[in-house]
Amino acid sequence: MKAMSEKQIDYDDLITGGFMRQRQKDLFAFRLRIVGGRVEAEHLRALADAAEEYGDGHIHLTTRQGIEIPFVHLDNIENIGNDLADAGLHKGTCGPRIRGIVACQGDTVCPRGLVDPQDIARKLDEKYFAIGLPHKFKISVTGCPASCAKPQVNDFGIIGGVDPKWLEDMCTGCGLCQEICRTDAIRVEDGFVSFDRKKCDFCGDCISSCPTDAWVIDKTGFTLQIGGKVGRFPQLGINFAELVNETYLFEILDRTIKFFNENAQKEERMGDTVRRVGMGSFKRAVL
Amino acid sequence: MKPNKTLDITKTINTCGEVCPMNVVKTIFTLKEMSAGEVLEVALDEGEAVRNVSRSLKKEGHRIIRVEQLDGYVKMLIQKSE
Repeated sequence: MKAMSEKQIDYDDLITGGFMRQRQKDLFAFRLRIVGGRVEAEHLRALADAAEEYGDGHIHLTTRQGIEIPFVHLDNIENIGNDLADAGLHKGTCGPRIRGIVACQGDTVCPRGLVDPQDIARKLDEKYFAIGLPHKFKISVTGCPASCAKPQVNDFGIIGGVDPKWLEDMCTGCGLCQEICRTDAIRVEDGFVSFDRKKCDFCGDCISSCPTDAWVIDKTGFTLQIGGKVGRFPQLGINFAELVNETYLFEILDRTIKFFNENAQKEERMGDTVRRVGMGSFKRAVL
Repeated sequence: MKPNKTLDITKTINTCGEVCPMNVVKTIFTLKEMSAGEVLEVALDEGEAVRNVSRSLKKEGHRIIRVEQLDGYVKMLIQKSE
């Protein structure tokens, strides 16, 4: 009986630690803790070694920028974990927890990037990784409204943005900003520019394109979306906060997690809870 | 604040139908062969091409003087930087 219960405890530990049972008997996929899709070259070498030594010689790239080594035998789980830990790599997570953080490269690489999503992702990972919740909880950070990191299909989506400001003295009325604006927020007539902020999606194209720097950044921040998911019943996240600063972003996320813990019913994702309880109540609780 | 003086156009190119990054590359390379202060007239597709070309020109330091929306395409006047 003792051996049986020990095995049970071990199995629970395996699940939280990012080991996923395969359909093949006694074989597991070892999931890594990857942040924002960034993997150091030396880590890739360690992963290659581990896949050859403990798996069947390949790695799997997950849909959320993760890495898994499948076909690891039950007997080798401790060894692969130790080897990878020695190389600086850690186990990922699965189940009803805060999952690995997804992020694009943002302004560290991309010409369009408005913020550094990698930096935010690292901070999110440090603070929230694998925290237990009523259901899985996915977070994605993207550097601009082009949304390459798909924040809309995450429980909590973070989108970098800039609020543009027009400087009349700098403007030559060339009309370029009207031409490039995707949301039709800018009109240039007879050298005079009108800006409809309600239409603006904070992408910053007017700022990065303006030949005379007549469009400048008034404010940089993060637009937040709640309740996105894919699965059998897909729903896009809904905007609920506009261009908040980093400190406020983390405060809102703390309160969102508290709200989810206090309000979620069985089998509910964040979006289901918000839809049932009401967006108004959610916003009052977290903003 | 409209520029009202007449500009001498040194060179004209057409990048309509070119896919990014070729429209950007053609524009930048043409400017490389020109002298500072000379004006290049570029015809380009609406939308994404205008965004890509204008962002790149700004990074390179060239100056867009005028943008004209025509039937199905955009005409841009660019002054080569010093």
